[in-house]
Formats: sequence, structure tokens, C-alpha cells
Amino acid sequence: MRQKELKTVVTFHTVTEAIAMETACMKEEIPGRIIPVPREIKAGCGLSWAMPADWVGNISQWMEKKDLSWESVGEYFI
Amino acid sequence: MIYLDNAATSLQKPEEVGKAVADAILHMGNPGRGIHGASLDAARMIYDTRSLISRLFHAKSPSQVAFTANSTESLNLAVEGIFRPGDHVITTMMEHNSVLRPLYRMEEKGVELTILPADKQGCINYEDFERAFKSNTRAVVCTHASNLTGNVNDLEKIGRICKKLGILFLLDASQTAGVFDIDMEETGIDVVCFTGHKGLLGPQGTGGICVREGLDIQPLVVGGSGVQSYLRTQPEQMPERLEAGTLNCHGLAGLHAALLYIGQTGMEYIRKREQYLMRRFYEGVKDIPGVTVYGDFSLESLDKRAPVVALNIGDYDSGEVADELAVSYEIYARAGAHCAPLMHQALGTEKQGAVRFSMSHFNTEEEIDQAVKAVRELSRH
Repeated sequence: MRQKELKTVVTFHTVTEAIAMETACMKEEIPGRIIPVPREIKAGCGLSWAMPADWVGNISQWMEKKDLSWESVGEYFI
Repeated sequence: MIYLDNAATSLQKPEEVGKAVADAILHMGNPGRGIHGASLDAARMIYDTRSLISRLFHAKSPSQVAFTANSTESLNLAVEGIFRPGDHVITTMMEHNSVLRPLYRMEEKGVELTILPADKQGCINYEDFERAFKSNTRAVVCTHASNLTGNVNDLEKIGRICKKLGILFLLDASQTAGVFDIDMEETGIDVVCFTGHKGLLGPQGTGGICVREGLDIQPLVVGGSGVQSYLRTQPEQMPERLEAGTLNCHGLAGLHAALLYIGQTGMEYIRKREQYLMRRFYEGVKDIPGVTVYGDFSLESLDKRAPVVALNIGDYDSGEVADELAVSYEIYARAGAHCAPLMHQALGTEKQGAVRFSMSHFNTEEEIDQAVKAVRELSRH
């Protein structure tokens, strides 16, 4: 298994919200990718967005500016 | 073969639609049910399709678009999911059974129904909406265009009335989506129900519902959503709220390609071309002795009509005429009741039915002229 790293993880209520996030991030070249929701956050299925924890901006503010919807933002060793 | 039954389903699709369906069947996984490439590719395509639909109808966001199998499913979803016993709902005689039957079923459960009359040309009187209003009126549910006559309702007028009365406006866009402008925001439409296989030029088995943000529709079907799996109930958020089970991803890939085609071709071009062909056909048949054309073809309505011309020849059974057109001329039109029983009642054609010719922008002038010639010949027999 890969070595765990500190990541910022954004979770979503729906798949649509997750793909909207990915689409917006790709457009602005914000690093990250879709991963399964880590069990540290929530058991079950679903998509989340994982990105480097040391990304320069504030992801919550950025998502708000982009009118994106999400469930939670946190940092996790995953 | 000359296909003039596009109000039932558009037969000729843009080439890329078929290719997209074939490609999706071979390569796409289950959207939203995994994080591997095949699943994500499907989820991305579905998201893009939602975005295109939300832009088409001016919905608030892609999340407000849920996919279904067709307009009928969407209308059932809206009617069953919004109305409760004691509510009063206004509809019209122009409606298809996809509107009427869900409403009749709700009537059995205690919903009160008023059906506004249509005149002999199949037109409604907009003042009737206000006259029918009661203290318990919850909504107007009506079609944008009659699938039988092609008469188009004025959405701005109905939207204004609904706003003034403080009631919901649910629209059946089966005959107009992809051809006519529909602006939920500007017009005040709360719910748009659409099908993908007619004017939207997509595959059968695709359709959807656009819901105004803030309006909760109780789901008709519950089950797998790919998210919030430990909840005992369907997620509260759209679109998963109204989408249980695996979507018709392969069909939606075709709808996606069709929406791109419509965007590139231009809805205005498609509409004007279809209306031009409709007028050409109408002008060709209207004065043939023994031919009766139904619907409003007044000058002011000509550039607002859906591309449909319904007619009868003498007192011939419409089925007999359509059969003769198919067998002797290879012209495919639709006869019978068209699932629009009240419209036929208003037109006085319940027994005879009508022969409906419905055009696509892919039809040619030559095809239209051959259809006119066939009607002329049949009218002499």
C-alpha cells in the first residue's frame, strides 16, 4: 500500500457535487483527484476530493466563490 | 421510406448519437458507483449532460436535473411527489395521458382536479386559469404543445398567472424540448418534465425532470444512490433524491451527443426549418377537397406552432388512411387517438381519430411534397 500523507479531503452529499468539484478544479488546475470517502471520515461509499494539504489557497473559500456544494472539509493522513 | 412521425419519436438522429451509445456500452462503467476510470468517465459524462440540460432549461444548477426513462416517469414523479389529498390542481384538455392518468390516479386519492376546456381549434382560454383558481389550488400542470394539433401554449402568460396566484407551474415539455426555448427562471416554471427521444434527438429510455431549487419532490422510487448508503431513506439532496438505481448511462451518452449537436446546429435553425416544412405541408393539404386539418393555423400562430399537422380525409378511419400511406406510399404517419383523449373530444374526432404528420429538420422538401401528393391522391378515392 502507498505511504500515507497528509491530505485535505472534501466530502460531498452527492456524486453530482463531487464531479462538479472535479470539473471546477480541473478548469483552474487545482491539484487533486477523486478518491473513495476514507473511513476516518465516514463509512460507506461515495466520492471525495483529495488534494495536497499544503495547497496555497483556502479550499472552502474557493469552493464558496465557485458556488460549489460540499459536505465537509478536513485534513487526514490517508 | 418517408418518416413523418417525429412527435412519437425522432427516427433520424445525428450520427454521433449512435456512436456515443455504442462507445458508452463498450467503455463506460456505473456512474457514481466507484472511483475507477470506467465509473468516473460515466459520472463525468452524466454530469456534463446535466449541465447541458440545466443550461437548456435555465435551471439553477446541474444538481436540479434528475434523469428518468421518459416524460411519463417524470410526470408521475412530479404529480405523485408534490400533491396531497385536499390539493386542487388545474390542467387542460390539451394534455397527453402522461399528464392525465397520473392526475386521475391522484384524484382517486383525494386530489381535486379542474380540466380547462379547449375550443374546436384545440386552444385554451388563458382567463380560465384564474377562473378555476380556488383557495386550495396548488398548481397548474400543462403541456407546452399539444402532441395532436401542435398548438403551443404561451408559457409566459401561464407563468405570470401562476406567480400572481402563488401556485406551482409544472410543465410537460415532451413535444418542445430541444426545439423551443424554455426558460424556467424567466418564466417561473417550477418543474419541467422532458423526454430525450423526440426533439432532443437522443435515444429512447432517456428523459428527466428539472426542479426549481427549494422545491422538494418526494421520491417515487427509492434504492441505491451510491452515496449516503447507511441512511434508511433516500438522500435529501438533488439529483440523487429522485434517482434510485443505476441510470441509463448508455442512453444518456447518446443524449449528451444529441445535446451537443443541437447546440452546434442551433435550436432556432432547427425550429424554423421544422416550422417551414410544417407550413409547406399545411399549405399543400389545407385546400384539398375532403381534407380537414385540425389545430390553430392562424397567421399569428404559424411561427409559434410545433411542427405537427393532424388531418382527416372525408370520414375515412384515420387508421385506414395511415395504413394506406404506409403500405402504398411508404409514408409513416401516426393515426388514432395519440394518447390525447380529451383533445380528440374537443376536436370532435373521438371516433375517427386523426392522421398526424410530424416533421423533423432532417426531412426534405421533396419528402413533404410527396406526402402532400399522397394525401391528394387518397382524397380522390
